Amino acid sequence: MPIFCEKRQLVMPGDLLAEGDYSAGDNTYRENNKIYATRVGLADYDKRGLYVVALKAFYIPNVGDLVIGKVVEVGFGNWTLDIRAPYLATLRASDALDRPFKPQQDDLPSIFDVGDLVLAKIVAYDRTQDPLLTVREEGLGKITKGQIIEIAPTKIPRVIGRKGSMISMLKKETVCQITVGQNGSILVKGNTSEDERLAIMAIRKIEQEAHTSGLTDRVTEMIRKEKGGVGNVPESK
Amino acid sequence: METSQKASSLINENGLRMDGRRLDELRPVKIEVGVLGNADGSAYIEQGKNKILAAVYGPREVHPRHLALPDRALLRCRYHMAPFSVEERKPPAPSRREMELSKVIREALEPSVFVEYYPRTSIDIFMEVLQADGGTRCASITVASLALADAGIPLRDLVAACASGKVEGHLVLDLDDAEDKKGEADVPLAFMPNLNAITLLQMDGMLSVEEFEQAVNLALKGCKQMYELQKETLRVKYVAVKEEVAEE
Amino acid sequence: MTYSIVAASLKQKQIAQSVSRGKRLDERGLTDYREIRIEPGIVERAEGSARVRLGKTEVMVGVKIDKGEPFPDVPNEGVLTVNAELVPLASPTFEPGPPDENSIELARVVDRGIRESKTIDLEKLCIVPGKRAFVVFVDIYVLNHDGNLIDASAIAALAALLSTKVFNYEVENGEVKIKPGYTQLPMRNYPIAVTFAKIQDKLIMDPSLEEEQVMDARLTVTLEKDGRVCAMQKGGYGYFTVSQVLEAVKMAQEKAEELRKIVVGG
Repeated sequence: MPIFCEKRQLVMPGDLLAEGDYSAGDNTYRENNKIYATRVGLADYDKRGLYVVALKAFYIPNVGDLVIGKVVEVGFGNWTLDIRAPYLATLRASDALDRPFKPQQDDLPSIFDVGDLVLAKIVAYDRTQDPLLTVREEGLGKITKGQIIEIAPTKIPRVIGRKGSMISMLKKETVCQITVGQNGSILVKGNTSEDERLAIMAIRKIEQEAHTSGLTDRVTEMIRKEKGGVGNVPESK
Repeated sequence: METSQKASSLINENGLRMDGRRLDELRPVKIEVGVLGNADGSAYIEQGKNKILAAVYGPREVHPRHLALPDRALLRCRYHMAPFSVEERKPPAPSRREMELSKVIREALEPSVFVEYYPRTSIDIFMEVLQADGGTRCASITVASLALADAGIPLRDLVAACASGKVEGHLVLDLDDAEDKKGEADVPLAFMPNLNAITLLQMDGMLSVEEFEQAVNLALKGCKQMYELQKETLRVKYVAVKEEVAEE
Repeated sequence: MTYSIVAASLKQKQIAQSVSRGKRLDERGLTDYREIRIEPGIVERAEGSARVRLGKTEVMVGVKIDKGEPFPDVPNEGVLTVNAELVPLASPTFEPGPPDENSIELARVVDRGIRESKTIDLEKLCIVPGKRAFVVFVDIYVLNHDGNLIDASAIAALAALLSTKVFNYEVENGEVKIKPGYTQLPMRNYPIAVTFAKIQDKLIMDPSLEEEQVMDARLTVTLEKDGRVCAMQKGGYGYFTVSQVLEAVKMAQEKAEELRKIVVGG
């Protein structure tokens, strides 16, 4: 039962990955006992089967994901948000108010208006309905301070890093609060706009060099240089 | 004004065509992917004198809403020729030919897309022919397929296309405009090699059943070469961004 | 009375099971055509016409001849133009408005069959080279859609052309003057379109509307009187394998002979 690709091999749609009784994981499909890639990416396999880590993909909502969305429409009893996905997301008035919507009393635009950015979580999503959001948890709601940077959703894992190593370093070095939306939008909140600018620069660098190794160290060095001090390569954790 | 034409031959005594090609040779091809900033995916092809740009937007919400399909994405295709793309200026409004080609091109690409993954959305494919010299529907399919891959839309396979035909009694591959106009037959074909699937097949002219079979095999040969070029284009672009992605 | 074209999934299963056993829901064999009825000359005001019924699909074709100008690149030939209309009364899915991609495709496929096989002797329709020629307008009017509009339209177009009479004329001082009497439209070939639907990997001829709603893909092969292929069109979201295409062409050759006898006679 042969596997035709190597680990981390660049594959493209239609490339034959394996033949036989393997399971078809992410970004693959099975036809006539053969497994093929569906997207450009790096092929890999484990005991569960074959899969491809896509290099180019758009964000597909998952229940539980933290996302940053932009209000594009204020409806009757709800808001519609653009979360940079194939589907627009809905936030119900009753969710934001934490009680039933009272049309006579409640003025929705005063809570969230068109153009506002909102940090929310996806509570429901399936084939028959657009994603449903909630802002009822701690920390969720309208974004009033800080700056937003949008990157390709496939690079988000790199920004977080192995066991959160990259993002902890970023937070520490830039002294910023960094909230990562799974949909590729990242909120950076610092004490000064200079700190925020540094964080954004660092994230851009990660996005561009995501394919290289030793990135954590290089980004740290870059931040320190920018801050004015001589960059010392920190001890790796 | 009529230009008087001597009986100029499209194929000379050595079996070479006007541009020096052998009967079964493709025109020079150059393809690039990711050329437009706004589109979700894009690609550009030059094949002989053909210059065609393709862009993909989607999957995205369908406008108008009532066209949305409950269980799959709606694939929409627009094949359009720029007014300056042909010898005699072509008026910008879609012609009947462009409408037919938009349809057959859509039907050529659709079997490759996993439309069932994105219900209630649309995937819009736009192809603009900037300069035309025969075989534009095939080149458009080839470049649109790459634009779909560049948009990160999951595909069963790339779709590669090429036309064969009969010119002055010989079966030839990849006809240019002069050969198409003066030749005896034209057979455009699009193919997905993995599934052995012919997704576009048209013919006009006159061929015996045996000649038709030979023409199909010749076109398939051309498709396979285009397919390799498509893969090479993606490889060249992405080998530079091979990622080490953090393990969860 | 049904307004929806969504095929019930149960019906889809029925058709699929039936086809894999070599039969269709209406008891036809996989290569059987529905009953064909042709009525030529049905519109007396037109120079040529025919109404064709292929099962419940009904198509009318009218041929009008007018004086016009030849195309500059072929100054010695008359002009052929084919148009199709999917009028709203023919189906709940046809909407009024300018021709959509389906009616354009239909017209162009029928046109290719007639044009590429040189059915009409266009040189005989030249009146004054470079200046005046006859223009043959073939208008396809679909009256009821129950599948396989292409074959029905192609048969109707051929029957209409066979019934077409061109008015006699003489050229006087560069002006075309109509004389009494008519001549039969000069024809050299008799193209026949044979359309297949692919269902469950089987090729079935002359698909009904129900079958078209569940098919993977469609292939039309047009053959002229000597058995040569003069037009081909694949349609639908699916695909054909190479061997299916080649098999279809051979099957179409045989069937076209049969159908040609019905339309042209003898």
